[in-house]
Amino acid sequence: MELVMAVAVGILFMIGVYLILSKSLLRIVLGTSLLTHGVHLLLLTMAGLKRGAAPVLGKADTYVDPLPQALILTSIVISFGVTAFFFVLAYRSYQTRGTDEMDSIKEDNE
Amino acid sequence: MSNLLVLPILIPLATAVILIFLKEKIRLQRVISALSGLLNILIAVLLVTRVHSEGILTLQMGGWAPPYGIVFVGDMFAVLLVTMASIVSFAILCYSFSSIGEQRERFYYYTFFQFLLVGVYGSFLTGDIFNLFVFFEVMLISSYALISLGGTKLQLRETSKYLLINIVSSTLFVAAVAYLYAAVGTLNMAHLSQRIAEAGQGGVLNVIAVLFLIVFSLKAGLFLFFWLPGSYSAPPAAVRALFGALLTKVGLYAIIRTFTLLFVNDPGFTHDWIAWMAAATMILGSLGAVAYRDVPRILNYNVIISVGFVAFGLAAGTADSMNGAVFYLLHDMLAKGLMFILGGMIISAAGTDRLGSMGGMIRKYPLLGWMFFILALALVGIPPLSGFAGKIMILRGALSEGMLTLSLIGLGSSFLVLFSLMKVFRLAFWGNEPKEEQPKVSLKAASAVAAGLLLLVIAMGIGAEVVYTYVSQAGEVLASPALYIEAIMKE
Repeated sequence: MELVMAVAVGILFMIGVYLILSKSLLRIVLGTSLLTHGVHLLLLTMAGLKRGAAPVLGKADTYVDPLPQALILTSIVISFGVTAFFFVLAYRSYQTRGTDEMDSIKEDNE
Repeated sequence: MSNLLVLPILIPLATAVILIFLKEKIRLQRVISALSGLLNILIAVLLVTRVHSEGILTLQMGGWAPPYGIVFVGDMFAVLLVTMASIVSFAILCYSFSSIGEQRERFYYYTFFQFLLVGVYGSFLTGDIFNLFVFFEVMLISSYALISLGGTKLQLRETSKYLLINIVSSTLFVAAVAYLYAAVGTLNMAHLSQRIAEAGQGGVLNVIAVLFLIVFSLKAGLFLFFWLPGSYSAPPAAVRALFGALLTKVGLYAIIRTFTLLFVNDPGFTHDWIAWMAAATMILGSLGAVAYRDVPRILNYNVIISVGFVAFGLAAGTADSMNGAVFYLLHDMLAKGLMFILGGMIISAAGTDRLGSMGGMIRKYPLLGWMFFILALALVGIPPLSGFAGKIMILRGALSEGMLTLSLIGLGSSFLVLFSLMKVFRLAFWGNEPKEEQPKVSLKAASAVAAGLLLLVIAMGIGAEVVYTYVSQAGEVLASPALYIEAIMKE
């Protein structure tokens, strides 16, 4: 299972990096959000995948580690905020500049 | 346990929330921000005196004993940085009253300012590596807002770049935390330090260490500073001062903390990396500072040089050079804040940021000119001023370790700092005035702030002995992680 997850993380990273390297600002934003998804899966995988009951509540033979899930939740909230900001920024610079191509950005030096 | 430790985070947080509701009442916003700034300085000074007499303070969030809960740690290094950050940010706040403009004030400038401070103080005080990530993000998202506030084309362009770089580096940060958790199974920094020492810092942990180094170097502008000169040129002077004085220093703090507490067992590998990155930073930063002819870029490259210098102190790794690095870091927050304020005053007085179209300003603005001159001497490290003590301790430590090449690079970069700042002084203040007459700008309020900071720079230089008693206490903990671990894991 770990191997499958690792491959999935790799593919997400790959697509994310590919999108970040493209010219359109919108694709770049999508790329960053895929990259953060990849890293969240990585966090889950690295902490070890296992079946078990939720800790604290009730008794069982095995428990799952709750910490990575708490970390992922925190990180999702943060990346949600940052992505929202990035979208607004992309939209605003599209409005100001009339294009979302990163290439044309170089020319406008105030 | 000491609840005092959470106040430096709680006060700006509460202030920021209150300020959101006072959108149109700009005067009230100013008063509240200033009061909260003053209160923070007071609390920070109180913390320093308590840490000085009682040793390291800790606060366990929700009463969960470490290593399970999140712990806040006030060792001398952290509280000294909090104190300096609160003083410098208060000065920058006062400078923004007269320079930032009503438009930005109305659109939540002071709110973002306070949120940024939450992130900065939190990063200094936390003792948990994931919590450090969270405070980094608090700081960064406020900085995205501050850098884009105003929405000119230049700002939008630079914010896109700055945002992208930081998202990528934050992603790497989470990945590094994930690997670290997989390797040693904890996130509390003191506990991490113990476990890494037990496991022996072999191949895997060295890779994780380098990953952390990359992440923090991107934030601090250590070698990976390609984004810094452009991004820091976009916002207005007050925001630039805030970024130059605080943001890169938080990255440096994280580097110093991780490489004096966590990854200390293989200095031949990690610290050599830091040393050569520091050398490259100093050389490339100096080249940039000498090459450019507009004020913001010259000042930005000066920020980069000093980042290299502090990292050099860390890489040397002797007790002397660690003390020097702490001292220099404190000096640099103060001096870089002042440098950007003075730079902003020069730009608003000259009406341009190009050195080529300035000149002869010493006649109209003698005070500004001489303040800039004294600051330049302080940044280079001329004896009675604050840059001297830190520099000499770092160099003495490095020379005793036989790092001659790096020391020469450090000294050479100091010389080029002098050269670049004298270029600004000579072209802006000497020579003939430009043909089109510039209207005289009133700089009274800004001058008062700058003079206050300059007095502190001078006082920190003359009173170096007094500052040293605190700095050496900070250096002591950095030199022996056992002290830090003991304070947190004692129960």
